[in-house]
Amino acid sequence: MADGTLVGASYVPADHVAKVTGRAKYAEDFRAEGMLFAKLLLSPMPHARVRNIDASAALAMPGVKAILTASDVPDQNGAEKALTNEPFYAGEPILAVAAVDELTAAEAIEKIQVDLEPLPFVIDPLESLRPGAPNARLDGNVWSAPRPPAPGGGPPAPAARETVKWTQEDFASAGEGQLPMGRALEEWSFGDLDAAFKASALTLDETFVVQSTGHHPMETRSAMAYWQNGKVYLHGSTQSVAFTQGIIAGWLGIPPSDVVLICEYTGGGFGSKGAGAVSMAIPALLSKKANAPVMMRISREEESYIGRARTNMSGRAKVAFSKEGRILGLDLFIVQDSGAYGPMGDFRSGGNAASLIYQPAAMRMRAINVITNTPPRSQQRSPGPMQANGIMEPILTKAAKQLGLDQVALRRLNSPEGKALYGPPLPNGQRRHITSAFVKDALDRGAEAFKWNERKARSGQRRGSKVRGVGVTVGPHGAGSIGWDSIMTIRPDGKLYVQSGVGNLGTHSVMDLARVAADVLAMPWDKVEVVWGNTSKSLPWTCLSVGSQTTHAMTRANHAGAMDAKRKLQQIAAMDLGGSPDDYELGGERVHRRGSPGGGLTYAQAARRAIQLGGAFDGHAVPDDVNPMTKTSAAALAGLGLMGVAKDTYPRDGDTYSFVIGFAEVEVDVETGKVSLVDFLAVGDVGRVINPRSLMAQLNGGSCLGIAHALCQKWVIDPQYGLTLARRFHYNKPLTILDVPANMEAMALDMPDPETPVGARGVGEPPVGAGYGAVMNAIADAVGTDVFRRAPVTADIVLMSLEHGKRMHEPLRAHL
Amino acid sequence: MAVIRDVMPAFELLQPASIADALELLDRHGPSAWVLAGGLDSFDWLKDRIKRPSVVVDLSGLAEMKGVRPRGEGLEIGAMTTLTDVVRHPMVQQRFSILNQAAEAAASPQIRNQGTIGGNVSQDTRCWYYRAGWSCYRAGGNICYADTPQAINREHAILGADRCVAVSPSDTAPALVALDAEMVIRSKAGERVVPAEDYFIGPGTDITRMNVLRTGELLIAIRIPGTWAGATFYFEKVADRNVWDFPLVNVASAMVLSGNTVQRMRIAVNGVAARPLRLVAVENAMRGKARTDDALAAAGELAIQGAVPLQFNAYKVPLLRNLVKRAIRGAEGT
Repeated sequence: MADGTLVGASYVPADHVAKVTGRAKYAEDFRAEGMLFAKLLLSPMPHARVRNIDASAALAMPGVKAILTASDVPDQNGAEKALTNEPFYAGEPILAVAAVDELTAAEAIEKIQVDLEPLPFVIDPLESLRPGAPNARLDGNVWSAPRPPAPGGGPPAPAARETVKWTQEDFASAGEGQLPMGRALEEWSFGDLDAAFKASALTLDETFVVQSTGHHPMETRSAMAYWQNGKVYLHGSTQSVAFTQGIIAGWLGIPPSDVVLICEYTGGGFGSKGAGAVSMAIPALLSKKANAPVMMRISREEESYIGRARTNMSGRAKVAFSKEGRILGLDLFIVQDSGAYGPMGDFRSGGNAASLIYQPAAMRMRAINVITNTPPRSQQRSPGPMQANGIMEPILTKAAKQLGLDQVALRRLNSPEGKALYGPPLPNGQRRHITSAFVKDALDRGAEAFKWNERKARSGQRRGSKVRGVGVTVGPHGAGSIGWDSIMTIRPDGKLYVQSGVGNLGTHSVMDLARVAADVLAMPWDKVEVVWGNTSKSLPWTCLSVGSQTTHAMTRANHAGAMDAKRKLQQIAAMDLGGSPDDYELGGERVHRRGSPGGGLTYAQAARRAIQLGGAFDGHAVPDDVNPMTKTSAAALAGLGLMGVAKDTYPRDGDTYSFVIGFAEVEVDVETGKVSLVDFLAVGDVGRVINPRSLMAQLNGGSCLGIAHALCQKWVIDPQYGLTLARRFHYNKPLTILDVPANMEAMALDMPDPETPVGARGVGEPPVGAGYGAVMNAIADAVGTDVFRRAPVTADIVLMSLEHGKRMHEPLRAHL
Repeated sequence: MAVIRDVMPAFELLQPASIADALELLDRHGPSAWVLAGGLDSFDWLKDRIKRPSVVVDLSGLAEMKGVRPRGEGLEIGAMTTLTDVVRHPMVQQRFSILNQAAEAAASPQIRNQGTIGGNVSQDTRCWYYRAGWSCYRAGGNICYADTPQAINREHAILGADRCVAVSPSDTAPALVALDAEMVIRSKAGERVVPAEDYFIGPGTDITRMNVLRTGELLIAIRIPGTWAGATFYFEKVADRNVWDFPLVNVASAMVLSGNTVQRMRIAVNGVAARPLRLVAVENAMRGKARTDDALAAAGELAIQGAVPLQFNAYKVPLLRNLVKRAIRGAEGT
């Protein structure tokens, strides 16, 4: 563990002033000499084939410089291209026009005649599984299960599609409002499920519909590109700078070394810009064609279509409880909607999450992964685990009521502890396990801080037309990868330069993680320069900033690199001043003999010595095990100072997961159905705290996304015409600041994970399911556990259930 | 011709400095002119290239149309007064608090700083089929896309539908109807004053318009008589979010009470029909009646008589019923 003073302390990252004063430059703020503007022609149909494009009138307009169609875009081996001749969803880009300004480009688009042959389409995943229903793709309606890897390795086979239709009997036998369960293409199980249901004191079998929502980051996926000396310079918006370089190269069909990505600021991504956006290829390719810089500003309307969305899932879970509330068995079936592209694996992480946070003694997981003619999905903050919370939590809440158990106690009883097992059995029969979990501590701490028992005592009591309820949920998510690299240099100016390949997506990790290195090297923060936001700035091989992995992954990598630098400082000191490296320690910006601060070499002196010595000391030689990207970057920085460069090879026993517990109290107006969130507390079991202020922002912000899913956020597609209706914010209804309590509370256990040197795990995602589940559970606590089985839980759903004494909402239809 | 949205096309922007100049311009350009108040409704239409005026007459420079002034026992509010200025005005707060609440319930603080009360009452419906440019009845076509077997019409009308099932989205409109406000309308030909209740029109009257404004006419001001000043008021809006949302249903009432007995009252609701509805039957039923549970129940039932829900908006029937009861009963627990 790093023993410095920076990790665990809040601070103001260097980029904050620029962000709050508007000086920060996002992709669309850049201008280049002779820059053109691009606009897109979007498919008006949910599925069609382009028979002909007549752009002659557009190209004849003064000011129109180039047109880009699908044939200009390199093939992606069957995966999504930036432009298409067979749109799979309404709003999919068919072509782009570059003109001297946006107005001209838009007028040019209006002059283009696209002859489209309409093709069959389907919007609702369940409808696609009905006998005789159309397929969303001509070659299938579902994604096949992944084929097992070929013996001896080799590249994985591309995802395959097939046609699956369930029988009328499958649909007829489902029971009213229950999810039909026909043939699943993926299935795993462990334990004796039959025995579990035989032994159960209570068995519940319920269906829940989790909605899809667009990611809608404030910054749309605008991008600007130009070419210089055979390289493309691309100003774009991505969550992950270093990793995105190679992805862009793939979209453009050029080597990664010919891509310079500049992205110093990202106005949010939430998983929709994990490695940039495929649409970035459009200005890059148009720029080449027009031989001029091209800016493509994506409008909010366009973002509604190409901006990605969460996979919606309809889930059915049959759960066996003991009379003490222990979950003996879980039989889970998920119909996932992957949208027009994919395949998305959210249902797998959802099944894993359910197996982890509810620790069923026996479990079967079945799923089918359906293709629909709806806008593309990508991972959205807690992809899968949030959906699992939605499917499972109504059942737990109902079970606790029926068994007469406290909601917190029920979750605590079933919660993971320590190196808990999760997921499907491996070929050897064993199941995977996690690095650590302190969920029981978090539930205890949270219940006390939230005054759970006091609030519980007043739940269900009606005052006037208002009734209150409380809810709790454990939100899980994978929280860290391993094996990435770091590069840092101590230079003759006495400063530490940490190369950060992380994206600046609003989490502060782009800066925070350098503090680990500074602590190891006892370097004051004002002597640390973080180098970031541009792939020409010699970045190390860095994880994607998705899956809540960055803090875990890159604290490890930076720790490894800093330890390498520390060792080199000690070696130089021993070489010049005698003794062995271990006789030397760091302090006061010097490497000095133990107990003799003020002696030894200053960092500036050591940096100069490292340059004189060359070889590994100044980065002319690097470890064999680092990634080629790291080698290239190290070579570019070699000779600038003493270099720390390493791959994270620290051992790890288990897979890293984080947990956030959500506690919510709501007030429901039974005369209007309107739900108000009264209080919310998030408690993080997220390992050691790196930056408390940023952590609280993540806990609150992530919770808000879950609360939004519980209360209001959705998207809406008309099934008859296949067109998106909720195209604007006021139709999509993301959460507003007045929909959450003025004082949302968040806290963290600050208990280090034992399987990583700094002890930190990720936090971005687990609050989402915690917010989603806790708020919905609180609503159920207030007005009844059978009032709703879909989200968002809006006033109409609540009021109609209360009015009629039973659920009146649409049980299964998606995209309402 | 391909369709592209969210890029505002070019138009000629005219910025008159007086009402007279504005009316002259509207007269000169006729139907090709678009009247721009705060722009919150207009810019959606313009950016989506669905409404394509060649001329936009911007009223933002007309100082004569801004501000709240006493007028007899009541008020006159210039149509270009921002919602924020309506909310903050002491006379509105003290004497017509229902309008203060309604204006503050609209949109968001940022929008209220820019949006005007004239615009709030004159804005077009937010039906998402119509606003997406679908060729529906209201847009001159021959179908209502919101009223098909699979249509998604949770926000649509339960009363007064006539081919079109869109609703009026205004929060201030029912308050103005309840206050018996008058709308001052002027054109080059002269001025007319229309009761607020008659300002709004349903599809049965004209399916392409939400109010009585004709080409060349401007809503100049809104007059609120002293009749209901200081009455017992109630306003409530139910929406999916606590800010920046249109009403699912809203209600506004003004009552003069004697003890628990309603001497006289006016009540209007919105979000249930293409125009705000004054509930005369409820007013008549409550006149001289004590606010007993039975009387409230009867009033609630009267409010929903004739309601015809669509597939996804049946909740508006009990919501309307309950809000009307509450508007008479008063705030919770009273």
